[in-house]
Amino acid sequence: MGEDISVYGGDKLVERFGKHRIWDMPISEGSFTGVGIGAAINGLRPIVDLEFASFAYLASDQIINQASKLQYMTGGQIDIPIVIRCCMFSTGSMAAQHADRPYPFFMNVPGLKIISPTSPADIKGLMKSAIRDGDPVLVFEEKRLWPLKGNVPTDPDLLVPIGKADVKRVGSDVTLIAIAGAIRPALDAVEALATEGISVEVIDPRTLKPLDHETFKTSVAKTGRLVIVENAHRVCNVGSEIAAEMAEEAFDLLKRPILRLSAPDIHVPFSPALEKNFYPTKDSIIAAVRRLL
Amino acid sequence: MQLSGDQKLEAYRRMLRIRRFEEEGMRQFKAGKIPGPFHVSMGQEAAIVGSCLALRADDAMTGTHRSHGHPIGKGAHLDALMAEVMGKEGGICKGRGGSMHLADRSVGIISESAIVGGGIPLATGCAFSARVRGIDQVTLCFFGDGAVNQGTFHESLNMASLWKLPVIYLCENNGYAITTSVARSHGQPDIALRAAGYGMPGVTVDGQDVGAVYEATARAVTRARAGEGPTLIVANTYRFDEHSFGLVIPGEPYRSIEEVDTYKRDRDPIELYRTVLLEEGINEGSLAEIEEEVTEAVKQAVKFALASPLPRPETLPDYLFNSPVAAAAANPERN
Repeated sequence: MGEDISVYGGDKLVERFGKHRIWDMPISEGSFTGVGIGAAINGLRPIVDLEFASFAYLASDQIINQASKLQYMTGGQIDIPIVIRCCMFSTGSMAAQHADRPYPFFMNVPGLKIISPTSPADIKGLMKSAIRDGDPVLVFEEKRLWPLKGNVPTDPDLLVPIGKADVKRVGSDVTLIAIAGAIRPALDAVEALATEGISVEVIDPRTLKPLDHETFKTSVAKTGRLVIVENAHRVCNVGSEIAAEMAEEAFDLLKRPILRLSAPDIHVPFSPALEKNFYPTKDSIIAAVRRLL
Repeated sequence: MQLSGDQKLEAYRRMLRIRRFEEEGMRQFKAGKIPGPFHVSMGQEAAIVGSCLALRADDAMTGTHRSHGHPIGKGAHLDALMAEVMGKEGGICKGRGGSMHLADRSVGIISESAIVGGGIPLATGCAFSARVRGIDQVTLCFFGDGAVNQGTFHESLNMASLWKLPVIYLCENNGYAITTSVARSHGQPDIALRAAGYGMPGVTVDGQDVGAVYEATARAVTRARAGEGPTLIVANTYRFDEHSFGLVIPGEPYRSIEEVDTYKRDRDPIELYRTVLLEEGINEGSLAEIEEEVTEAVKQAVKFALASPLPRPETLPDYLFNSPVAAAAANPERN
């Protein structure tokens, strides 16, 4: 269910699944998300595609006040197996109203699960887990990652579990947690640092709610140093949450302060000249890792 | 399409069950047994019961913060409802919902939303599912006169009309959104006219006449089941009590004491229907029997609710998820 889905989703979507499973929505993000929720309560497993993640604000009342709460507020009488897909068009001069990465906004809501897969295999495996899940799941996909190629398992029952982080690269000097679109500059930076003999462990949380703090802690126990990189704005983002958790639960393991890299507390600009270094870059990540050594 | 003989007595019984449940609730509220706000439907029983009686047991419903009447109107047992408003473990929502959220799934209710207009998309989606799955279930969607000024009302009616969804939008128009009258908040106070903008029938009915509400809803249900799409019904009714029980509204009264008294005296839907039934030859004894039975059911509900234990503090996280994430990281108290 989504705007222009039968066209943008490709002709094959309708051809393959039929008109009764692919529905073009009028421009009513708030209410068609609610329609998805009502349909989920009454026997369907809808995927609501909000297209731009920025449109999740329009749907936020239905997501927060209805989807996240009804299971709890009815004492378990109601299940809401819905997937809400939000794509983050953070770059490409979309300007501030189309470029948001609003996942931290929803992390403060109980009753939601939030995933942000970054590889082709994880997108397939986590999306399958989300669709089979019995609760509302929000998917935040970074458009910048779409051109990435990778092997994807053909086993239709191969799932990537919700709530499990992935250690993308093993290292011993510094732990680097990279979220969603930040994974690409992070891996580039780590590659460059490796040529100088600096060994960085890279973790992709893959699920933002609930966060897999155990995997983070295990890594920090080894490295004693932590950098968190993401493209959301700086205040109350995933990095804030991980840093707070580590300060409470892994303080003794840390040899140096935790560093956070993110977008600044400023809206996404239009001009490529302003957008160019708006998000953490390979260079800024290299500089942050060096500060900890 | 009129109420049958048995249905007439059932209409009287259900209206009375709502009234007595709330009267008893008000007593329990005053005695300190009911926490939070308590919004009563007194005066609006005919709009609720008349429409509910036009439904089948497997039809679905959504309601509002003024939620007591909806499950009772659809035939719910009173015990778990009374326990819920008292915040007890034996409550229909295990003490997680309360007075504003008496959703009883066993009678088909999928939501009682206290966000005004918040349940309208859900009802529309519930009907969307029936349409997609090809079943002949209909959904009845309750909301008030205030909700028709929400975007969700307009967006939902558009989609329901577009896809000819089997949904009946029933506006309990009690004339006031808390203190703001329809005259002071609606550019077009004739709410039923809004249906024309979405290409569906808009019907206004006397909400104090249970038979009239039944007839209007039954026609809409027939239309919905036949795949002909949604209907907007505006049941003009009146709220006898304040927005919530015990609420003190400061400043100039927003409605006159005379207005309230006139409605209570001349337009009480239960009294009006009692008179109709007696005129139609139902004997006083049958009605007295129902009254006795309802009083007993409410008494039993209070007994059940008072005896039901409070939810144990360690059950706080229960019912947050249908499929909890297994990892230790998922502990909701520590994320």
